[in-house]
Amino acid sequence: MRHTINVLVENEFGVLARVASLFSGRGFNIESLSVAETLDPTISTMTIVTRGDDQILEQITKQLNKLVCVIKVMDLEGKEYVEREMVLVKVAAKAETRADILRITDIFRGKVVDIGPKSYTIEVTGDEDKIKAFLELLKPMGIKEISRTGRVALARG
Amino acid sequence: MKKTGSQILLESLKREGVEVIFNFPGGAILPIVDELSRWDLKRILVRHEQAAVHAADGYARASGKVGVSLVTSGPGATNTVTGIATASMDSIPVVILTGQVPTPLIGNDAFQEADIVGIARPCTKNNYLVTDVRDLARIVREAFYIARSGRSGPVLVDLPKDVLTNTTEYRYPEKIHIRGYQPTVEGHIPQIERALRLILTARRPVIYAGGGVVSSGASEELIKLAGTLQIPVTMTLMGLGGFPGTNPLSLGMLGMHGTYRANMAVTECDLLIAIGARFDDRVTGKVDAFSPKSKKIHIDIDPTSISKNVRVDIPIVGDCKRVLAKMIALLQKEEALEEYRRSLGPWHQQMEEWRDAYRLAYQQNRVIKPQYVVEKLYELTKGDAIIATEVGQNQMWTAQFYQFDHPRSLLTSGGLGTMGYGFPAAIGAQVAFPGRTVIDIAGDGSIQMNIQELATVMQYKLPIKVAILNNGYLGMVRQWQELFYERRYTLTHLGEVNPDFVKLAEAYGAVGMRATKPEEVVPVIQEALRTPLPVLMDFVVDPEEGVYPMVPAGEPISQMLLV
Repeated sequence: MRHTINVLVENEFGVLARVASLFSGRGFNIESLSVAETLDPTISTMTIVTRGDDQILEQITKQLNKLVCVIKVMDLEGKEYVEREMVLVKVAAKAETRADILRITDIFRGKVVDIGPKSYTIEVTGDEDKIKAFLELLKPMGIKEISRTGRVALARG
Repeated sequence: MKKTGSQILLESLKREGVEVIFNFPGGAILPIVDELSRWDLKRILVRHEQAAVHAADGYARASGKVGVSLVTSGPGATNTVTGIATASMDSIPVVILTGQVPTPLIGNDAFQEADIVGIARPCTKNNYLVTDVRDLARIVREAFYIARSGRSGPVLVDLPKDVLTNTTEYRYPEKIHIRGYQPTVEGHIPQIERALRLILTARRPVIYAGGGVVSSGASEELIKLAGTLQIPVTMTLMGLGGFPGTNPLSLGMLGMHGTYRANMAVTECDLLIAIGARFDDRVTGKVDAFSPKSKKIHIDIDPTSISKNVRVDIPIVGDCKRVLAKMIALLQKEEALEEYRRSLGPWHQQMEEWRDAYRLAYQQNRVIKPQYVVEKLYELTKGDAIIATEVGQNQMWTAQFYQFDHPRSLLTSGGLGTMGYGFPAAIGAQVAFPGRTVIDIAGDGSIQMNIQELATVMQYKLPIKVAILNNGYLGMVRQWQELFYERRYTLTHLGEVNPDFVKLAEAYGAVGMRATKPEEVVPVIQEALRTPLPVLMDFVVDPEEGVYPMVPAGEPISQMLLV
């Protein structure tokens, strides 16, 4: 079962290492991780996507809570929440595919952020399914490189 | 007035009530070492940094106070890792102060540089690299607070040399608030009430008490609760002394080398009340078959310990002492207690049958049996000594044959199983209690892992007694080879190349004694206990004696090998 967990942590050096070492030391896998400062510059948010059964997830949240540098842990699974990820895609742009690429980008409400002689770089934001669908459609055109932010999430309301 | 980092550190240690530092010096901590000469703070120079942490740990276990060790950077720091991991696994409050290269050199692979904060991260409760002298007082305050509160444990503070010599105004924070660290101490009352209701419907209840009873000082409450309800109690290795071994309700230790009746009681009970214990694999054996017929109540201060290995029905997060006190208070309102106690009659009878079916025993013939030595140590100290052990057979025989009636009287590496722990831990205990008898029960293998500390005990005139159960083997490993590897004693035979322990003691200026026949055991112990000096007793025991009962790893604990 996949879970998205938001973790508020002290914005200090070594905190990422502590969280990462908790996962690695107990054999838990991190599927995606993003970290950034909150409005309060002394606190960062980590959005961690991980997998496991109920018992593993219970351990993960308890172990996270046990870290002195962790202020709050919210497992969003089972709650109403929005989740987004941004991807940058560099795709081969030939005369015969350019129009298609632009049309697909448009449908996905993406943006072309860089144009080279042989490629477009496109920015798309969305949930996991949308990004997956977008990449599937671009695949035949020849994807050269991608970079993803990892997921960020917030509870609704 | 401005103070240097070293002065701030020592001032802060004083404020925390620190009485003694276990130390091995080196370049990076010279500013503190030099400053120490002007302070009235006891310091014990050990002969290896691992021993500095074990000694601080032994001091903490025996006294209940936070132990402190101070070592230099690089190898000094890395040598502490085994000591830190030992304290971590057993939840022992220790503060480890390590030197570090000056801040501008950090990350440059400087001489005697090690990223000890990184290395020790998984085995500390928390740790700090101090980068600014202005943070030092707050960090020391936090380190002690975190070490001793909640589920206690080791905290490391890494001190770059320039932080120790830089100056700032000194102000020790009176209050402390760490927003990510607020341990739950009081148990949830409705949960406690639910637990009590469950207890009062049980007909075959057992209490399974662990180290949390000792660390939270909950012995009296446990004795009261078990006594009021007449519930039998089994202890983990860490829980020994937390409930008196000679109390009629005591079943002895459970688990891999537990008593027959303890393991049977846990297997057959209808309610298991775990108090300050963590369902360790040495206790549970095969998890699926552990206490299969019971509902489970689990009281522990650490939420991560609850439902980690074994699912429980009623979890109660909180300090054992407070939760038990609350339970006892609620029990006062119950009326049918006499009836309840009567209803446990058949269960107590079952307990007696199991006790009589298989008691801990050994046959003393013409060679000294190690169990006999432990039993005589118990009798001749009247059970009043502080006992440290090494790890292996010596540890298990001590757990089985020394009756621990008081908390904090057994110092043993339960979780990590660290050979070489006992002797330096005994140093810490003797420093905490100069007037008490402190004995390290050792094997001929493990005593050699920190034998250099003989110099320390001589330097500080610590009259520690070491009882070596000398079987010429790494005995516990040999026992496994005997049972599971067709007696191929590869790499476990030490016999001929062991040193002459009597001469070794004498080389350090200590007293050496030897017993080779059963009738020599008592006189040697009596003589050693009379001697006001460190004594090494070499008991030449049966080389192939085993520890029984034994549950083979991965088997249910009801499946014991009974000799």
